[in-house]
Amino acid sequence: MKDVNGVALVVLVALFALVTGMGFWASRWRRPTSMESLDEWGLGGRSFGTWITWFLLGGDLYTAYTFIAVPAAMWAAGSVSGFFAVPYTIVLYPIIFVFMGRMWSVSHRHGYVTTADFVRGRFGSRGLSLAVAVTGFLATMPYIALQLVGIQAVLEVVGLGGGDSVIAKDLPLFIAFALLAAYTYSGGLRAPAVIAFVKDTLIYLVIIVAIIYLPTKFGGWTHIFDAAEQKMAAPNAVDGKPNGVFIPGGTQYWAYATLGLGSALALFMYPHSITASLSASTRNTVRRNAAILPAYSFVLGLLALLGWVAIAAGTKPIGADGKPNAQLVIPQLFEDAFPSWFAGVAFAAIAIGALVPAAIMSIAAANTFTRNIYKEWLKPDATVEQEAKVSKLASLVVKLFALVFVLLLDKQNAINFQLLGGIWILQTFPTIVLGLYTRWMHRWALIAGWAVGMVYGTWQAWNVANPRGGINHFGGSLAQMPVIGELGYIALTAFAINLVVAVVVTVVLRMTNVPDGDDETIRGDYFADSGDPRVQKVPQPIHQEAPNV
Amino acid sequence: MSSAGTVDPDRPDLNDDVDHDTVPPARTGLLVLAGVLLALPVVALMWVSSYSRDEPRLGGFPFFIWYQFLWVFLCSALTYTAYRIVLVARPHRPMDDLGDSSERAVGDAPRSADGERGERA
Repeated sequence: MKDVNGVALVVLVALFALVTGMGFWASRWRRPTSMESLDEWGLGGRSFGTWITWFLLGGDLYTAYTFIAVPAAMWAAGSVSGFFAVPYTIVLYPIIFVFMGRMWSVSHRHGYVTTADFVRGRFGSRGLSLAVAVTGFLATMPYIALQLVGIQAVLEVVGLGGGDSVIAKDLPLFIAFALLAAYTYSGGLRAPAVIAFVKDTLIYLVIIVAIIYLPTKFGGWTHIFDAAEQKMAAPNAVDGKPNGVFIPGGTQYWAYATLGLGSALALFMYPHSITASLSASTRNTVRRNAAILPAYSFVLGLLALLGWVAIAAGTKPIGADGKPNAQLVIPQLFEDAFPSWFAGVAFAAIAIGALVPAAIMSIAAANTFTRNIYKEWLKPDATVEQEAKVSKLASLVVKLFALVFVLLLDKQNAINFQLLGGIWILQTFPTIVLGLYTRWMHRWALIAGWAVGMVYGTWQAWNVANPRGGINHFGGSLAQMPVIGELGYIALTAFAINLVVAVVVTVVLRMTNVPDGDDETIRGDYFADSGDPRVQKVPQPIHQEAPNV
Repeated sequence: MSSAGTVDPDRPDLNDDVDHDTVPPARTGLLVLAGVLLALPVVALMWVSSYSRDEPRLGGFPFFIWYQFLWVFLCSALTYTAYRIVLVARPHRPMDDLGDSSERAVGDAPRSADGERGERA
């Protein structure tokens, strides 16, 4: 239990009020004639240029949880667990450069809002589309919940959230999320797009100040790295093995590389990444962004190093319940080392950093529900107005669910599910990305590969124990890879198995001439740009009108 | 190739003999070059043994750390170069609504971006 840091709290609340005002104003920003369609509410009118997209994608991909969890992993276990985020967010951009242009173009031509929309149109398979939609939805939910964990970490260090009463304890979180839900409901994707400017500016400011100021305070970089090396090499009290990894050794190369590559392949399969990409105004906006988004990767790398700065600083992250909690290490470092008012700015950067991704994720999950479950399975004749209405309501439900998830269940559950979500979402990669290039893969083979990947990944993750944390299941994301024999990222192993199954089953189905679904796209669709007209789907009623005429 | 990429904006009808169910023409050599530039950062960073060492340090930073930071900038430059190359390699081939009865231009397609160009469709 600690005292409330008054000055920091005032600064935090003031900045929070500022973005709340901006969030509500957002529905007037670049005002459309009508907000009542998913193109407007859910994709910001598909009108964002290079810089807005840069802020939006940056605000979306580099989440508050990342800002809390990556330095925490560096602090606790070192570079394999934490610094892989740097190669991950570097190789990410050449990869999305390759396929995101095609994704944008075909979505522009056919009005796709989600990846499952594309899968439905490309493979003519409702089942495969549903598999992609459900995977995306399940993977996003715990991710939203973790954004709340990010806000909670800040509130806990400021001194809120330690009370005895359940209501007083979580009231600040409740208010923050209710406001977020309200302006996301009214402004749609425009709300996080506006707030992202503030978020990213604050994050850059805080990191630059932290990375220049803190090392001078704690003995310089040489001392910081020496302190980190020492801590990582020291034996752990539980199992006597070294605490962590300073620089990966021979047995950890695979782990480091597969974590980076697997995470990079997975990130743009998440609905929220696709939502932000499809809101761009032209085919080349996202590609141009692939060249300038690495600025955020640089910041993330610096932030990761703050985990090691905290080692040299002797930061003691103790939670409101009096137990050590690695997740608090960065907020605690800021509170200890910065003057109160700047600590407030730093806390605001993290808390606001949670709002942008939480808003986009809830919009993306809502769009997925509306397009691929509600319209596809429940109400096929829904109008665009009805779609927008359902999506807005779904965005509220999704956020409420995330709130309940965090408040009622153990935080560890959210972290476990997010780990699983990363494994699951990568299993949609063959369908979505290979589907952008070829229809050789059979729809049923892709479902088979997906199912095997999901089961294998879940089973492997279940088996990972972490004795240090006292956890028997879901203790980490690394497991021994078949054939290679080294530790590797479970998601990537499952992905490889998924691909093999998909190819083998495709060969069998092709030999037995099992029919393909219909493809509504043509080759030129994958190269379309903003000036090219949208394909107008033949309206359903034509069929019924003909006899009457 | 160039004829498909440079349709006279005033005469979109010049374009109506293009079969849009084909891949727009491109200069393969340039696409391969762009592919190589994009593959470089991935290969470099997946090859962990090439940089997992402490020395030489730079301003106190272990090689392992500063080398990866360096790749942030290299990757950015390579991706931007690839972007410029791809623009040249495959010029945009405009699509139209002619020759396919199931398609027609939609008035409310992205407004700000297609502005003047949308008029011709």
